[in-house]
Amino acid sequence: MTTALTNPDTNPVGNATPHNNKGDVFTSFNVEDFPVPGGRDEVWRFIALRRIRGLHNGTFAEAVEQDVRVDVPSSAPADAVTVETLQPGDARLGRAGAPADRVAAQAWTSMPSAQFVGFARNTAVTEPVVITVTGRGEGVTSFGATVIEVADGAEATVALNYRGTGTHADNVEIIVGDNARLTLIVDAQWDNDAVHLSGQIIQLGRDAVLRHNVATFGGEIVRIVPRVSFTAPGGDAEMLGVYFADDGQYFENRLLVDHSVPNCRSNVMYKGALQADPSSERTEARTCWVGDVLIRAAAHGTDTYEVNRNLLLTEGARADAIPNLEIETGEIAGAGHAATVGRFDDDQVFYLMARGIPEAEARRLIIRGFFSEVINRIPVEAIREELEQRVTTELESVHA
Amino acid sequence: MSTLEIKNLHAQVLPADETAEPKPILKGVNLTVNSGETHAIMGPNGSGKSTLAYTIAGHPRYEITEGEVLLDGVNVLDMEVDERARAGLFLAMQYPTEIPGVSSSNFMRSAVSAVRGEAPKLREWVKELNGARENLQIDKSFGERSVNEGFSGGEKKRHEVLQLGLLKPKFAVMDETDSGLDVDALRIVSEGINRYQEETDGGIVLITHYKRILNYVQPDFVHVFADGRIVTTGGAELADQLEADGYDQFVR
Repeated sequence: MTTALTNPDTNPVGNATPHNNKGDVFTSFNVEDFPVPGGRDEVWRFIALRRIRGLHNGTFAEAVEQDVRVDVPSSAPADAVTVETLQPGDARLGRAGAPADRVAAQAWTSMPSAQFVGFARNTAVTEPVVITVTGRGEGVTSFGATVIEVADGAEATVALNYRGTGTHADNVEIIVGDNARLTLIVDAQWDNDAVHLSGQIIQLGRDAVLRHNVATFGGEIVRIVPRVSFTAPGGDAEMLGVYFADDGQYFENRLLVDHSVPNCRSNVMYKGALQADPSSERTEARTCWVGDVLIRAAAHGTDTYEVNRNLLLTEGARADAIPNLEIETGEIAGAGHAATVGRFDDDQVFYLMARGIPEAEARRLIIRGFFSEVINRIPVEAIREELEQRVTTELESVHA
Repeated sequence: MSTLEIKNLHAQVLPADETAEPKPILKGVNLTVNSGETHAIMGPNGSGKSTLAYTIAGHPRYEITEGEVLLDGVNVLDMEVDERARAGLFLAMQYPTEIPGVSSSNFMRSAVSAVRGEAPKLREWVKELNGARENLQIDKSFGERSVNEGFSGGEKKRHEVLQLGLLKPKFAVMDETDSGLDVDALRIVSEGINRYQEETDGGIVLITHYKRILNYVQPDFVHVFADGRIVTTGGAELADQLEADGYDQFVR
């Protein structure tokens, strides 16, 4: 029987290729290789496809380039940081890997330009380089790519900030060289009517260290998909995230950590709070977290852990938490996962109130305490303070 | 001079399973405590001693079905949990709750500020806190640790008594503060309780299963609690009798 799927003349459906694990999914730079997703597809079943403004099916508004600005601190050593706008087809694009879903491939295919930020070998830039991507507003769709390359032996901190409003899809390529170190803070602080889908392809070299932090507070629909792979032993990836969703917001953080070589370490910790307003007419507050960790047969000595914790502050919010551990060898240092979705612990509130602390303040203390485990690990003080302030601001509108 | 009057208190516990019936636990408790007095409450497991403590404090799982608890004539059962604490009640819990991410120092300062009505001046506060901490042999590092997280049983109880000393309530209900403590910890905790009472003339309700702590914290009255109410009251020697003969003769 010949069906549309198997007849090569009618449908070169590359991405229906069977794969054995989540690390081997079909990838391509060409959007035409991906069929338009339907709601049943594992990767698309949580997001509301009808609300992503045609990013998945080609009906998006006019494609424009991304509005991106890079600020290099004056303390950076001369020639340490290279900032350049790239044209599609530049040799520096696409080295870490190709997009794994249609929207990321669409961004790749349609982007008019890309941004490159490189750190030279053996240099250290201690203050953050700030990349700001601003939405292009209504009536257009911005597509872009950002390449962050930290060459062998270099150390860098990058803040990737998303601001403003609009519809934006991008690929972020991150290459950390041998013995190099990158701290990246991705801050999605869009206005609350922005749609942003972002694919991140991350490649770590020998003994490379990545400290990856994602804060998702602003936007209508924000989906960030970091896919991490190790090319040599000794890599160390820590992926931290915080999010706070209100009514009318949908945040998805979908990670892949692919251990294909020995003796690498990964630690994933994402914490989120959701609050809904029953009287509001907007869609309910929703988040989705997927943590795919793959330990291939050759990855002896892997040490990995992932955890996602969600706090539902009110009725009418929904959090999905899906950890997946695929383990193909038993010769590992450790592997674990945990995911929780829960309400306020009444006993904790009671304990604080029984010491005289009013209920609203007790809840604030507990929620700040909940996030502090992640926020305290972000090594840039100004960003820590900013995020703590954001949590406080969100809580000021909690209905106690 | 203050008075805590528990009058004909009846209470039931709401089960975790919302479809099940509430279970009556307190069946008419009557007790009057004056400032400076120490009342020990002893009784067999399941008699309702902890329920009494939680009910006075206002835990949401317990529902009053009859009776009053008057603090200087005002019924605290009409107040929210935090109001009762600010009015001068303190409950030292048998199983103190862990609160990850909230540092003990931050928590103590917030509690003291709430109960005193204003935040204490920083330098004086640090001195006061360190003094109280050292008296209870609590390590300096406790301040940065999350409230009760990773604390041993003895550390948790000493931490409760630290709060007692800093919040200086009019009346303290200590729920099995002695359980799980070794001899040294028991002595330190008892000294802390006595010190609180000397400094504030506070009234103490000491719920305990074992007589041991009563050697250190002398009771003025010993009450036997059984089946949801006080069945017998005596002096300190009643505790010795209970230790020798058990609860059977007081419980049918």
